[in-house]
Amino acid sequence: MGKLNIGDKVILSPQGLQQLIKTLWEEGYTVIGPRLGDGAIVYGEVRSIEDLPEGWGDEQEAGRYRLRRRGDKALFGYNLGPDSWKRFLHPPRILLWKAEKTPKGFRITHNGHEAPRYAFLGVRACELHAIRIQDKVFLQGRYKDPIYMSRRANTLIITVNCTEAGRTCFCASMGTGPKAHEGFDISLTEVTGDEHYFLAEVGSERGSEILERIEYRAAARDEVSEAEERVSRAAESMGRSLQTEGLKELLYQNYEHPRWDEVAERCLTCGNCTLVCPTCFCTTVEEVTSLDGGSSERWRVWDSCFSLQFSYIHGGSVRASPKSRYRQWLTHKLATWQDQFGEIGCVGCGRCITWCPVGIDITEEVKAIRENAVKKV
Amino acid sequence: MGKPKIAVWKFASCDGCQLSMLDLEDELLEIADHVEIAYFLEASRAVVKGPYDISLVEGSVSTPEEVERIRRVRRMSKYLITIGACATAGGIQALRNFRNVREFMSIVYAKPEYIDTLEKSTPISHHVKVDFELRGCPINKYQLLEVLNAFLNGRKPNIPSYSVCMECKMRGNVCVMVAKGIPCLGPVTQAGCGAICPSYQRGCYGCFGPKETPNTGSLSDWWMRLGVPREDVVRAFRGFNAYAEEFRKEGERLGE
Repeated sequence: MGKLNIGDKVILSPQGLQQLIKTLWEEGYTVIGPRLGDGAIVYGEVRSIEDLPEGWGDEQEAGRYRLRRRGDKALFGYNLGPDSWKRFLHPPRILLWKAEKTPKGFRITHNGHEAPRYAFLGVRACELHAIRIQDKVFLQGRYKDPIYMSRRANTLIITVNCTEAGRTCFCASMGTGPKAHEGFDISLTEVTGDEHYFLAEVGSERGSEILERIEYRAAARDEVSEAEERVSRAAESMGRSLQTEGLKELLYQNYEHPRWDEVAERCLTCGNCTLVCPTCFCTTVEEVTSLDGGSSERWRVWDSCFSLQFSYIHGGSVRASPKSRYRQWLTHKLATWQDQFGEIGCVGCGRCITWCPVGIDITEEVKAIRENAVKKV
Repeated sequence: MGKPKIAVWKFASCDGCQLSMLDLEDELLEIADHVEIAYFLEASRAVVKGPYDISLVEGSVSTPEEVERIRRVRRMSKYLITIGACATAGGIQALRNFRNVREFMSIVYAKPEYIDTLEKSTPISHHVKVDFELRGCPINKYQLLEVLNAFLNGRKPNIPSYSVCMECKMRGNVCVMVAKGIPCLGPVTQAGCGAICPSYQRGCYGCFGPKETPNTGSLSDWWMRLGVPREDVVRAFRGFNAYAEEFRKEGERLGE
């Protein structure tokens, strides 16, 4: 077979996938992918297909997640867990710089970032969309985030299209999935059954070079259509949906909707939704001094618009009430994000629904506001 | 200028928080380089007279003698920092606040007339002005170091008052309540322990007391939906921080 071009589709066996993982490690990548964690699928180092959650799936509802046995040997037969790739591109806690006091002022002693070289295996379409949204947040405009930039530039992305949707998924209505169309190096679709294979699509030069180093074979027409069929079935089986038409105007006109009071009765302001969200990016900065005050470290730490410290300025927190904090989060995600970054900040992954300890459902909240809106849009 | 003088005081408590300070094995010598540990009976009987720059106070006010003593400590101290659930919320001994202490005395002690106690176990802040309250049962030693460090350097301590959930998610823990249906107080409890219990597949016990704006009612409702009997929800709030205002109110609301 000749050289693989972008858009080419080939077939990998599970052994081919094994070679792919091995090749990535040999190329100097740290391969991060799905693993069986304490009660959920999480992302961690994957050294072989043995590390992948073979035969595991999950059941999800608002505020509820349970692992389940699938009864087949699917390696990617799960829907999203609580982790997202932002843990790796935008870590929860990172040292920005260190400084030492000098007689005349201070001297910076650490100001560099060594970016790891990640290969993400098993990125879902909605997650790839979330990464592209965070690209805009961190890399667009005059001030670029050097930490995110270097990590992102080093990262190789292997998407795995969803062939089943979860009960809290709504990517189809957000136009972000279940199939990844661009922005990946390699895209896989897993087909289980009599024959277990992966339909691989080349998405970049780098992806092509990696695939060239492993065993693959040409894809037959029915193998391609079978894979595509399975992805479109996922699109039809979405557990939830969010109507995005006129959403920004709807929310702008309904700041005083009674639904905000009702959701505030239930909201714990615990911050879980923001930390599991693959696009939420807010941080705080901590100054950590040595006991003698001679040196200091500046750390960047994940924060949440649900914390009081987040909006704390002279005189107190701007958003003291839980109602104002929930409203801030939802309207930023779905409305003001559009003014800020030109698109909605939600990709429909459903994590905020599943991992809300009391099952608050963003799609339900929007529906309730829409049904009884101050101004119909 | 000499080194700042630090005093460590004990009121009604188990000494666990003071031990957390002694547990700072690697850091203790450095601390001693920068401060004079002037009064710390748990560590040494050598006592340097006050006044003190920083007083760390462990324990609740439980006896008439303690009411007087905390006022003396306050007068001798530039900054007074309470350490632990007893000092900031009344501690586990505040469970008596929900009952008649005279009755307990008559049952527990052969000679109750020898016991000189108050009706209620109360936090230090009910008696004197407190400059900073460090939570926990026991406190986290690194948070203690951070508070001392901040006071010595005249900066704000990095002690968030948000939920334990924030720590769980940053650590990468899978939520025990969502994924396993284990009742957890994390969403209404202040961070600071490092999410120890959920890291070992247990629900949070609320050792660090109520977080900022805790929605205890919503969490209780959810626990009951998970099948936790009402009286067990009350018990969960009646722990080391039972007398902290929001936990106390929730226990009373459910107990009615």
